[in-house]
Amino acid sequence: MSLTDALDVRDGEAAHLVLRRASVLDPGAGIDAVHDVVIRDGRVATLAAPGEADADGAEVVEAEGLHAFPAFFDPHVHLRTPGHEHKEDVETGTRAAAAGGYCGILAMANTEPPVSTAADITALREQAQAGASVPVGFLATVTKGMRGEELTEMVELREAGAVGFSDDGLPITDAGVMRRALQYQHLCGGNIALHEEDPALSGDGAMHEGAVSAALGLAGVPSVSESTMVARDCGLAGYERARIHVQHLSAAESVEVVRAAKAAGVQISAEASPHHLCLTDEEVRSLDPHRFKMNPPLREERDRQALIEGLRDGTVECIATDHAPHQPEEKDVPFEQAAMGVTGLETAFAALHTELVLPGTIDLALLVERMGGGAEPFDLERPSLAPDAEANVVLCDLGAEWTVGEDGYESRSANSWCAGKTLTGRVLMTVAAGQVAYRLRSFSLGVAA
Amino acid sequence: MKHLLSIEQLSRTEIEAILDRAESFAEVGRRDIKKVPTLRGRTVVSLFYESSTRTSSSFDLAAKRLSADLVSVKAAGSSVEKGESLKDTITTLSAYDPAAIVIRHPYAGAAQMVAGWTEAAVVNAGDGKHEHPSQALLDVYTLRRRLGSLEGVRIWIVGDVLHSRVARSNLLAFERMGAEVTVCGPPTLIPRGIEELGCEVSYSLDGIEEADVVYALRMQKERMSESFVPSLREYAANFQIDSRRLNPRQLLMHPGPVNRGVELSGEAIDSPQSLIAEQVAAGLVVRMAILYELLAGSEGQSPAAEGEGGKPTPIGTPA
Repeated sequence: MSLTDALDVRDGEAAHLVLRRASVLDPGAGIDAVHDVVIRDGRVATLAAPGEADADGAEVVEAEGLHAFPAFFDPHVHLRTPGHEHKEDVETGTRAAAAGGYCGILAMANTEPPVSTAADITALREQAQAGASVPVGFLATVTKGMRGEELTEMVELREAGAVGFSDDGLPITDAGVMRRALQYQHLCGGNIALHEEDPALSGDGAMHEGAVSAALGLAGVPSVSESTMVARDCGLAGYERARIHVQHLSAAESVEVVRAAKAAGVQISAEASPHHLCLTDEEVRSLDPHRFKMNPPLREERDRQALIEGLRDGTVECIATDHAPHQPEEKDVPFEQAAMGVTGLETAFAALHTELVLPGTIDLALLVERMGGGAEPFDLERPSLAPDAEANVVLCDLGAEWTVGEDGYESRSANSWCAGKTLTGRVLMTVAAGQVAYRLRSFSLGVAA
Repeated sequence: MKHLLSIEQLSRTEIEAILDRAESFAEVGRRDIKKVPTLRGRTVVSLFYESSTRTSSSFDLAAKRLSADLVSVKAAGSSVEKGESLKDTITTLSAYDPAAIVIRHPYAGAAQMVAGWTEAAVVNAGDGKHEHPSQALLDVYTLRRRLGSLEGVRIWIVGDVLHSRVARSNLLAFERMGAEVTVCGPPTLIPRGIEELGCEVSYSLDGIEEADVVYALRMQKERMSESFVPSLREYAANFQIDSRRLNPRQLLMHPGPVNRGVELSGEAIDSPQSLIAEQVAAGLVVRMAILYELLAGSEGQSPAAEGEGGKPTPIGTPA
């Protein structure tokens, strides 16, 4: 399904634009050339030869030296509504997504109360129709109240528009309940996104278990608390011929398990987050919970390398931010007491471009591909720049340097893992679902061009 | 040195400066009048979020011996119980313009965070399972007095290393002073990766005869219910330091409070090899030295400027 058919967004004016002489890169569609990108009536009308497109009343954006990519898709965002609107809501969260170059996001259901009924889904969809800058899909919980005991009314939830299911934030510890959910998926459809953690092993851990936790005296979350649960669920999914999506892989062992399961034919997809791809537990030596406390925790260099290798070989098909907004009072406390999670929507592309593409670790095409890879696991069309596709376009200046947080955030929260970093590569403009969702202020004033 | 947050942040020179200063206070302690005017008119806040006898009383007495005005706040019975955040508590106490805040807190990094919120010098009196730098300094002081130097001294730290801030600070301090450290305990209570701090790891007391110093840690009863060890009986059978395992040339230390008959036998505690009482006495002078270094040392004052013979002047003595 197209993003606009399956997800909800505020209705606005269809974009009518010409991106003049943009360097267009869409690895999925096999496009890598300079074009005039013509967007009309919310669709990619043509990719014309550079300088050749007729403006025909459209706004012309001089994009020479700038890059146009298919806009990104994030299957893992916490919009915090209902219940924690002081951290984020549909409006601020989707503005942050638009500023990060996203044309679609999926919101997690671990709100207060959790999104467990059809009425919850309906109410959220109405909010998105009223105020979402980019299309949003909502997941419902797998179990009632995320208690891990009884399944939600998954058929009715799907009929109300739930894109899929997840108890994210908490693992489904009972293997029997997990199995029933996978069986029931044959009736209700919808992917099941899994937060993989065995609480008996992670305990009260606050960071990755290893030399750094030993030095700091912090209780550790061992890699096996994740990988053993991934292995369990790969086994169950294979047995039930069901489909699962593994969230925020962090450990080398987990990547290995997913790779083996894929090779064995299990229907499994996996995501990795920018912070796990860029940082290691060495950062935690600072004991700064604002930037470096999250679940799963930052792990070791070997884990980071395994995630990167997973991106390269397709074991990890998508990058997901796990955008997790928190207010300062939840972070201005000692590390062990601080809330888990960091924001990431506004910085994901720039951070990965800076940390992985510029040093030559991965190439730009792979990054663009994986930034859009989160749609297909949830039966959504991957954003594309092919002619006649729904216009989902991000225009970037890959040479622009900026300091994160200097101009504030679109998100209501400031717990960015990139806060204070200088990144190279900036989103100038985002077109989502055929509408202009974001323009960088200085760019729209003509300064950046 | 602006704060004392961890041993990790201290150089050997800085450690030695504190120990040397403590030696001069030991001399003051033998006088009839044990008080010096160094911190007269300055305020020291001691803020304890966990129960403590030795550390809190010795910091309090150290501040008083230096003539500081002391405000002691215990979490129990204070606004902390009413849900006030650490940051707000620090802001409130900072309104008294304290020269130093001594803080003990159940979570790692608390003292470091506090240092970012106040103008006062911050002394970490224990942050979670992370560090307890003043304990490590008094232990190094005690050993240095007895042995002259820690260079090449072999020290075994025995017990629940996983949950011990003392183990972490002492390991770092002993190593920084040139000692060779082995941590020893049941595998469930030795943190994975600890050897990257430069120590040896042993899962049994085999080989402890090579140690010059045996440093036993407190074994908490709750560890049994969390199945880190099956029983106190089995723990004691394998890890208790008793007169049979301790040879006469070895020194014995413990941070207190001791569980008699668990990590140490009664006779080992009371043996002449035991430095436990000396450790407690060292606690006072080392904590005086810490406050002095942070609050007076930074002003370039030397003890010589305060009194003859390089010794701080007792109060009441004409300057």
